[in-house]
Amino acid sequence: MLRRVGLRVLGSLALLIVVPAITFLIQSLTPSNVAASILGLGATNTQIAALNHQLGLDQPAIVRYFEWLVGSLHGDLGNSYVTNQAVTTILAPRIGVSLSLVIGALLVFTIVGLLLGVLSTNQNRAVGRIIDIVSSAGIAIPNFWLGVILIGIFSVQLNVLPATGYVPAATSASLWIASLVLPVVALAFGGITAVAKQTRDQMLIALDSPYIRSLRVNGVPDLSLTYRHALRNAAGPTVTVLGLIFVGALSGSVVVENIFVLPGLGSQAVQSATQHDLPVIQGIALYFTIIVVVVNVLIDIVIPILNPKVRAA
Amino acid sequence: MTNVAITSSAADEAGLKDGGGSRIRTLREFVRRPLAFAAAIFLFAVIIAVVAAPIIAPFDPLAQDLNHTLSGPTALHPLGTDQLGRDVLSRLLWGGRTTLLGVGEALAVAFVVGLVAGLITGFVGGTTDTVTSRIVEIVMAIPAIVVLLMVYSLTNNDSNAGMLALGLLSVPTILRVARGAARAVRSETFISASEVVGMSKARIIRRHVLPNIWGPIIVNTAVLAAVILGVQGGLNYLNLGVKPPAPSWGGMVAEAQTNLQLQPFLIFPSGLTIALTIAAFILIADGLRDATTAARSRSTTPQQAQPPAPALDATDTAHREGVLQVQNLSVKFGQLEVVRRVNVSVAKGETLGIVGESGCGKSVTASAILDSLGRSATVTGTIVFDGKDLNTATRKERAGIRGSGIASISQDPMVSLDPSFSVASQLKELIKVHDHSDKRATHARMVELLTEVGLPNPEAIARRYPHELSGGMAQRVSIACALAGRPRVLIADEPTTALDVTIQGEILSLLRRLRDEQGMAIVLITHDLGVVADLCDRVAVMYAGEVVEDATVEALFAQPAHPYTRALIDANPIVATRGEPLKAIPGVVPAPADWPIGCHFYDRCPIATLACAQSPIALIPVGDGERDSRCIHVDELIGAK
Repeated sequence: MLRRVGLRVLGSLALLIVVPAITFLIQSLTPSNVAASILGLGATNTQIAALNHQLGLDQPAIVRYFEWLVGSLHGDLGNSYVTNQAVTTILAPRIGVSLSLVIGALLVFTIVGLLLGVLSTNQNRAVGRIIDIVSSAGIAIPNFWLGVILIGIFSVQLNVLPATGYVPAATSASLWIASLVLPVVALAFGGITAVAKQTRDQMLIALDSPYIRSLRVNGVPDLSLTYRHALRNAAGPTVTVLGLIFVGALSGSVVVENIFVLPGLGSQAVQSATQHDLPVIQGIALYFTIIVVVVNVLIDIVIPILNPKVRAA
Repeated sequence: MTNVAITSSAADEAGLKDGGGSRIRTLREFVRRPLAFAAAIFLFAVIIAVVAAPIIAPFDPLAQDLNHTLSGPTALHPLGTDQLGRDVLSRLLWGGRTTLLGVGEALAVAFVVGLVAGLITGFVGGTTDTVTSRIVEIVMAIPAIVVLLMVYSLTNNDSNAGMLALGLLSVPTILRVARGAARAVRSETFISASEVVGMSKARIIRRHVLPNIWGPIIVNTAVLAAVILGVQGGLNYLNLGVKPPAPSWGGMVAEAQTNLQLQPFLIFPSGLTIALTIAAFILIADGLRDATTAARSRSTTPQQAQPPAPALDATDTAHREGVLQVQNLSVKFGQLEVVRRVNVSVAKGETLGIVGESGCGKSVTASAILDSLGRSATVTGTIVFDGKDLNTATRKERAGIRGSGIASISQDPMVSLDPSFSVASQLKELIKVHDHSDKRATHARMVELLTEVGLPNPEAIARRYPHELSGGMAQRVSIACALAGRPRVLIADEPTTALDVTIQGEILSLLRRLRDEQGMAIVLITHDLGVVADLCDRVAVMYAGEVVEDATVEALFAQPAHPYTRALIDANPIVATRGEPLKAIPGVVPAPADWPIGCHFYDRCPIATLACAQSPIALIPVGDGERDSRCIHVDELIGAK
């Protein structure tokens, strides 16, 4: 089991090398007009060449990639093209914001999704159908629209939650939570649907299996069949899918941070993209990848606990 | 010529007919689904409107009218105006062009690359497949947004570049479906046949793989369209891939947000359009999925109606006393009757065998007794256990009998134990349900049960998980689970079929010992007359949903009173004469939809006469009255031996 988890972790760690490589690959594939874009329309060719040289953009992407890799091992992710600050310094205060948002969303869509998924397999067909319809809305309503609607209802009309902004937990725990409620809901909404659907499908497969039938005819009550046996067997495949849903939510967090003006990695990413500040985008890509890797490793640890067959392998 | 013949007939056999027929059927099924059809019409209307924007849009999408800003719906501006007085409807129509064009671009890239790569990897397999799978895993773990931001940043916010990247990032969705479908089709027999006769791989893909996978591919493309529209909307909301003041649906939501205080209505035209379009894609995908399945199943379901059940009063065999008495038990799935008026009974300490080929209704009968057929089945007749009819009993009463009155072991022990729980945990749960015992007593009872079923070292076995047990051990554990409630009737459905021959004998002697020691009644479902001879006291022979003979084991083997019973005995290797070929029964058991009006065995019977086919045959007492037969030539049979 340890060997298996170890291998999976190594596989995930490979992402830390591959994702930055992709960002450099994209740089080598697109005509480099970064210097020109930074300098604006009035720039002469000499000025552009000088800036290219200064930023190291005149070197091949592969060279810059390896320099970047070596630097990152020493905790140096380069400096911003725009402010010349160290990328790590720019990003440091923003990590907590993004983590609060995505971890909050992960918890919400996992718990609510599982709950809805299990309830929708209810014996009562009508209940199952209603939950089915409600959860389908999750796919159709995109997070950016939902975010704006939530602001419209809870901030503009009811005035019970802040429309924008972030309060660190250290300043005030209650204000911190208040500033996160709407963003977390907007971000988690789509995930809830996906988790609920996966849970429901897996629950129905489990409930239809020969072991449930055997346990039932030999006297195990329905409650235990659903909430102990079927749920436990459905949990494994569902948790596997959580990783993919989380990757989607991480992308969504960039949009949601901008809707609610949260000073996290995502809002910085959009700002840096418009400013052609490549080192900062690269740093954010790395941080996002680390978050994905950590979540994948956690999932790899949880799966064997849920599934004894994997544990033995 | 030959290869065409081979492939087409094999294809027909596999139920995978190529060509237009199934496509038209699918289309017809799709149109029958109102929601999906409405969604398709909506999507079509949106596309037409957006394409026709230059003609139908009432205003220039960029024309400002600072005297009428944020107006809300008016006669002139049906969807109102924005903060610069621009007409929202016109912006929506023009914005749809960029939006849908972008979705189309990304979708086309994902579709083409995914389909080609998926077909190749799925069909070629080997290293290509392994490497591609690894790449796909990595791509799926990348948060798409960071790559997209990089692209937009490098290309000065170029919409086409962004959509190309989004398309490439979406490739795995299509690739995985194409690969899976190609692999599935590849393993079909007719593809192997085509390969044998020398068709090139490219030709096989074109002729046989593509026509069979378009269903799942189109369904997933529709789902992907919904996803891409959502992602692209988010990007446009962030002003990525679109250059204001040019309109886009996502960008209009962002503009609406800034005017949320002054004109909340503005969030609806753009947001609702996006949501409804996404919903349309999803509904179309759902509809197509259902339509494909329905088209396939409809083509295989026979259309003719089952002949009505004969209005014939079956013999009342209730003269035999028993702990479990089944009378006039019929089971219908929808309109289709699969078990017809079965009468069987079993007494304390007795073993009743129910024998017959596959498809004769043995297992359905057992499931009906166990109340585990599910909602689609209608069960009529009476199942009297302990003086109470289970078929009319309340849910609670039936639940009270499960495990303690009637218990069951099933065919494949490896799948009838819950893979996620240890033996101890499953067995203890059952013991607690029945005994309400404390921890210590539960443990003692578990050890007792495992010892009783002949498992050495019960403590060690109890700690194992089902996948750590051998087939024989698993069946012993299943029996222990069934015994936990001290049942008076044990229903064993093919308990030895999945086991090695040496283990089979052990399990049968275990059942015999348990019956003799505990006075349990056993109903044994089997197709194996050897097992019947070994363990049973009485036998009910079933054929095509009916009991055709009911007798003691001795009488049955000495002198079968139904031609089907005789054929079964003759086909058994144990009773066959050495040196003579085994007498197989020609033909197959008719499916319930094909049951004839007269004798169900008519087609395969060596002694059938015209009279057999004309009217339903009754189950009648034979000889001393201790046995029944459903054959009008029974005298001939009993006389013949």
